[in-house]
Amino acid sequence: MNTLEITKNTPQQLQEEKAKTTKISGSQAVLEAFIAEGVDTIFGYPGGAIMPIYDALYDYNDKLKHILVRHEQGGIHAAQGYARTSGRTGVVFATSGPGATNLVTGLADAMIDSNPVVCVTGQVFAHLLGTDAFQETDVINITTPVTKWNYQVTDACEIPAALAKAFYIARTGRPGPVLIDITKNAQLQLFDYEGYKACNHIRSYRPAPIVRKEYIAQAAELINQAKKPFVLFGQGVILGKAENEFKAFIEKTGIPAAWTIMGLSALPTDHPLNVGMLGMHGNYAPNVLTNDCDVLIAIGMRFDDRVTGRLDKYAKQAKIIHLDIDPAEIDKNVKTTVPVWGDCKETLPLLTQLVQANQHDAWLQKFRELEQEEIKEVINNELQPSEGEMTMGEVINVLNELTNDDAVIVTDVGQHQMVACRYARFKQSKSNVTSGGLGTMGFGLPAAIGAWYGAPDRTVVAIIGDGGIQMTIQELGTIMQFGAKVKILILNNQFLGMVRQWQQLFHDKRYSFVNITSPDYVAVAKGYYISGKQVNERASLRQALKEMLEHDGSYLLEVMVGKENNVFPMVPQGSSVSEIRLK
Amino acid sequence: MEKQEYTITLYTENSIGMISRIAIIFSRRKINIESLNTSPSEVHGIHRFTIVITESEEVVRKLCRQIEKQVEVLKAYYNTNDEVIWQEQALYKVPTDIVTEKAPIERLLREYGAHAVVIRNDYTVFETAGHREEIDKLTEALAEYNLIEFVRSARIAIIKDSKGFHNKLKEFEEAEPTQDVVENEYLDKQDKIFTM
Repeated sequence: MNTLEITKNTPQQLQEEKAKTTKISGSQAVLEAFIAEGVDTIFGYPGGAIMPIYDALYDYNDKLKHILVRHEQGGIHAAQGYARTSGRTGVVFATSGPGATNLVTGLADAMIDSNPVVCVTGQVFAHLLGTDAFQETDVINITTPVTKWNYQVTDACEIPAALAKAFYIARTGRPGPVLIDITKNAQLQLFDYEGYKACNHIRSYRPAPIVRKEYIAQAAELINQAKKPFVLFGQGVILGKAENEFKAFIEKTGIPAAWTIMGLSALPTDHPLNVGMLGMHGNYAPNVLTNDCDVLIAIGMRFDDRVTGRLDKYAKQAKIIHLDIDPAEIDKNVKTTVPVWGDCKETLPLLTQLVQANQHDAWLQKFRELEQEEIKEVINNELQPSEGEMTMGEVINVLNELTNDDAVIVTDVGQHQMVACRYARFKQSKSNVTSGGLGTMGFGLPAAIGAWYGAPDRTVVAIIGDGGIQMTIQELGTIMQFGAKVKILILNNQFLGMVRQWQQLFHDKRYSFVNITSPDYVAVAKGYYISGKQVNERASLRQALKEMLEHDGSYLLEVMVGKENNVFPMVPQGSSVSEIRLK
Repeated sequence: MEKQEYTITLYTENSIGMISRIAIIFSRRKINIESLNTSPSEVHGIHRFTIVITESEEVVRKLCRQIEKQVEVLKAYYNTNDEVIWQEQALYKVPTDIVTEKAPIERLLREYGAHAVVIRNDYTVFETAGHREEIDKLTEALAEYNLIEFVRSARIAIIKDSKGFHNKLKEFEEAEPTQDVVENEYLDKQDKIFTM
């Protein structure tokens, strides 16, 4: 198709053409693909190169809800939040150039945390590619390292197949972000549409490796012989929708189970075998006993350095069984004794079948003893301080009580994130949304918006620090316009707290640029027509949280907490997990 | 673990951007690609990458896993030098008068099995193929005789134990993959890593 023909397709001419033929435009094909894939919500921001798609969207208003975010980064974080609470694929629109580059942080975040997201970006006309045209960027190459797959469409005929592949790749296997870059001519172009065919096989792509029974048998044997087995679980359990299978496995074997930050909420907090959080700011017992167990069973987790601490002193005494859907994760960081490839939805029941029913009371008791030590040294003071400044932990503690342990907790990144993940209590899966791998400050507010659209019937509380909120505070505008009922809980310690903590502990208290000032958040919220309040004394905390939760609609509550509180326990960088510090 | 030369062989779809997608997996880890060749393979429509790096086996194995994870890569293999038959090609441009006048050149060329590709009044272009060491030696020798231009190709390599990719592709084209699509180098490693 030559350029003249392409540019002839103005919206009016398109309408006329459409009336004459059965052809549809590339833009319509995009939206038809969304509908066929069951998309109900799009987070996006229009711009020059994606205008034909937005023009088509005008006619699909009844079928597709579009949330106009205030920044493309907000759009993709919202899509991630949506994916995390709904278990479905999040969808994002952005325009070319700056619109697309603004997605990069979110793509990297979604990539490392395995969120299924499909981004559609506009691109300049195909004949302008490589000419430094207005708002032209090499989006495909920029996003290659941060996408599971990406593809540039220059002809409308490719759109149905490209999107079918995109959705298939994004959600299957180990999920991840996919970006489809569509040139403007392809969006405008009319073509013979033969309907949408969902993709279910790509010859060069294996979503999940074949389960090999012999390894399951070997794993079962190790587990049956183990005296001190220990289960670590990650987001794989949630992504595989294998919460029940997981529970059945640990209940039959009686093995204590600890979670990574991404696995949080896959197992109810009060489950008798739930022994807490792993990693740098995780619980005392699971960290210490990692170096005491004899068989370590890792399920859907990837031995991140924040979980393992110093690798050459990590569980060296133990035999390692690693269940993962991604073969590249096996032996990546920790050498495996028995690898169990495959979707844990499939492998866990096979394993459960082969293992003997067992109990490990004495071993479990060891966890509980160390837990008591942590409660005495750290948790009591954090959750129920009797005097002094308010702590982040006590805010979470009251929140648990008022939400009956059943809210969706979205966090940003930093001290409040660690405290929230340590102390928030959960009854159901897919209730914790956080930026785990990338540690993206600014993630919280937009992700909470998406989380609410993914689970609109649930209470969604965004717990955010005074640093992170200022990174994406513009998304209050999105809440204002579209009414997501997000409860925004700012824990303000007037510092970039986590960096300050490190400067205190490891840099001689040289507080270099961690002192951050805040606007009057309640006034800012008011400017966006969002109700809010600030609390700075313990006595009014409970009432304020109650007001926030009972308010019909979004609400911003700023809680002033202690300025120089530290998050403990802590595994200092370069230390072994068993060298975890309680103070 | 000891570093040594490895030849990585990839079977991929022939799609735009593949080189970039593969190359960044190395550069992200600050690993230098010593040679890279892309060509058609024995199977119509499937592309073959041959990459040479010097690394430990552990690093190479992890790299292959990461590469195989790419949606458009069908399979990644790695082999040591004694597991492959490999060649590089080289072209040399030398002044013709020196070739005709200096006797040792003739001997050199015979020794290394070089052939004249083009003979002009002003220069002659020779071609040879072989292992890098041989090519390097000839280059060194010719340098003394006013070598005007020299170029060497990337390595191409045939895997000794390979039965080709035809059958493997059939497996990949089936919706239900067969057992050994993912091999376990640890538990299966007896005498051969290669399991085609």
